[in-house]
Amino acid sequence: MKSTLKLALGLASAIFASTAVSNVAHAEDLTLCWAAWDPANALVELSKDFTKETGIGMKFEFVPWTNYADRFLNELNSHGKLCDLIIGDSQWIGGAAENGHYVKLNDFFDKEKISMDDFVPATVVGYSEWPKNTPNYWALPAMGDVVGWTYRKDWFSRPELQKEFKEKYGWDLAPPTTFDQLKQIAEFFQKRQIDGKTVYGASIYTERGSEGITMGAMDVLYSYGFQYENPKKPYEMEGFVNSEKSVKGLEFYKALYDCCTPPGASNSYMGEGVDAFKSGQVAMHMNFAFTWPGLQKDENVGGDKIGYFVNPKGPDGDQFAQLGGQGISVVSYSDKQESALKYIKWFANKDVQAKWWSLGGYSCLNSVVKDPKFPSSQPYAQAFLDSMAIVKDFWAEPSYAPLLQASQKRFHDYVVAGQGSPKDALDGLVKDWTQVFQDDGKM
Amino acid sequence: MLNRTADNAARATPEPLAKKIRGISDKGLAWLFISPTILLLLAINIFPLFWAIYLSFTNYRANRPNEVVKNLGLANYKRILGDQDIWIAMQTTAHFVFWTILLQTVIGFTLAWLIDRKFRGHAFWTTIILVPMMLSPAVVGNFWRFLYEPQIGLFSYVVSFVTGIPPTNVQMLSNVELAPWSIIIVDTWMWTPYVMLICLAGLRSIPEYIYEAAEVDRASNWRQFWSITLPMALPFIMLAVLFRGIENFKMFDMVNLLTGGGPGSTTEVASITLKRQAFESWRTGYSSAFAIILFVAVFGLANIYVKALNKVKQR
Repeated sequence: MKSTLKLALGLASAIFASTAVSNVAHAEDLTLCWAAWDPANALVELSKDFTKETGIGMKFEFVPWTNYADRFLNELNSHGKLCDLIIGDSQWIGGAAENGHYVKLNDFFDKEKISMDDFVPATVVGYSEWPKNTPNYWALPAMGDVVGWTYRKDWFSRPELQKEFKEKYGWDLAPPTTFDQLKQIAEFFQKRQIDGKTVYGASIYTERGSEGITMGAMDVLYSYGFQYENPKKPYEMEGFVNSEKSVKGLEFYKALYDCCTPPGASNSYMGEGVDAFKSGQVAMHMNFAFTWPGLQKDENVGGDKIGYFVNPKGPDGDQFAQLGGQGISVVSYSDKQESALKYIKWFANKDVQAKWWSLGGYSCLNSVVKDPKFPSSQPYAQAFLDSMAIVKDFWAEPSYAPLLQASQKRFHDYVVAGQGSPKDALDGLVKDWTQVFQDDGKM
Repeated sequence: MLNRTADNAARATPEPLAKKIRGISDKGLAWLFISPTILLLLAINIFPLFWAIYLSFTNYRANRPNEVVKNLGLANYKRILGDQDIWIAMQTTAHFVFWTILLQTVIGFTLAWLIDRKFRGHAFWTTIILVPMMLSPAVVGNFWRFLYEPQIGLFSYVVSFVTGIPPTNVQMLSNVELAPWSIIIVDTWMWTPYVMLICLAGLRSIPEYIYEAAEVDRASNWRQFWSITLPMALPFIMLAVLFRGIENFKMFDMVNLLTGGGPGSTTEVASITLKRQAFESWRTGYSSAFAIILFVAVFGLANIYVKALNKVKQR
């Protein structure tokens, strides 16, 4: 009886001890929050090295893009402790900095000799700085991204199509360098029969719910001359947002939507675009560069069948592209800030960044992207590099959400629903944005 | 007998507890029993309501907890009532509520009337008809999105087969004219069985002898329907209309899944606007005021309607 009791006590102690040990180990685990997409899987793979080096376990909280902002902004606003590290969208930086959600990283960067000069300048401004263009850093550039285009190289190279195109438009069928050329190509392919299947010109962003149509329309508007504000007088938008050039740009986006998109593509964003391209529906496809590694590997449309090109030029030769991507930040409500900062230090390392690129992430470190071997490292590397050199981003103000909602509504009302004129849409946008800034006391 | 049981129970109660209970009046005891429910109601219903009323007079934003909260008086209410977009959203909601209720009531009552004939296999058909109502709105929204797909959707092909229009031209969710109807169709498909059930309960509650008396008086079927069936089932129909009206006034899931409020803002019902203001634009004070306006509107209309319903029942 005594020995049975001893055995039971021994077992109970062993179970208790093992649980306690595992709890201690779990207490050190870091949780990283991000969107559920391909690069997140690459990060999981990459982070195994961090755990090996430091013994700190990594847990991940990935949320689909459609709920990403809602989910994590709620988490930050409620001062939640779920995320120790967060890869937040570039537009959140103003609000996150001003509301104290992110830890300011200047002192940490100084101490660890992490220099922002080592990163692609556009990504530092876009993902790390608030206020913009000041040396106040709230994130380490983590995932470079930009809107660019893929096209069906195999269709473009068919002699019969090349001949017909040349006869019709007078120039060789090739990746477009201007938006006018892009529209001509899209028109050429629209409703064309290829291999017994009806195909369409282009897939562009038209999504209403989150940020889709704004990202797509802005990607075109920038190169047409759109500006958010008077460069000499902040928040003065009249004549800049709704300038004649901006009106032409928005008119073009609607014309492209009307003439050359697949039927029913009225609520299309990243996922729908990828689906349209992968299923062989479209000749060209507007999307963020993060989709390119996946498309390159696709058995049906990848490999030699796919090509990449930078956002084309506008009528005056201006050429810009919509910035995507994110920086990685330490959440100020986390109890494990020290370990989280260790992760940032590890992630900034040159070798880690090189592996990040090789796994399918987009490094923002100069030493990686300026490596002579970089442009030939992947078929899309050159297009990515060229695109990152011409980026512009949406407002990153603390009030970015109402600013975005206003543009979503105005653009969708005009482009998809066909209500009013482009001038009405942009005048309305100036009115809405002015109201937001007035509410914020900035005007 | 009852007293004896109570006496036995009192005798079985331990003395100190019995003394304590004896000190509480019946009313006190009643309050003691219902107080947990009342506290719960206060915490999860009444307090948030009053808190929302308070917030509706401020510029509070949930995403800026450090910002000073200013009292704006009635400014939020004035801004909402003067906002053209809000009125458009209200019109969209009214259009949606009107047509869904009309269609669901007419079809639901007709189905109930047919099922009430008790033909062979009516139980089987009742079960089949009830299936859409048992599905989750998320599932319904998603699969109807595929059905409406112009290139692969079954709906587009059926319309094409009937009308001869190419399926790719049947763009239910992208077309400004058709998008509101696409939601009305789905809501009607899903919730008509619910109206049918309530109407069926009404029809089955009509005593058979009334029809027998009408038969003796040689009343035609048509006369029996107008003079007996419809008036006696009317309170049930009105109840179904009330339930569906309140539900559809706050319709969110189906619209969000099917169109997201688009194309443009053509299907943006009030609840979508409210969600965008509250949880995307983070205008908490403003959206609280909008929620209060919606609450007052639904509450007021429902009250008027319930009074009418009571009058019908008293006839």
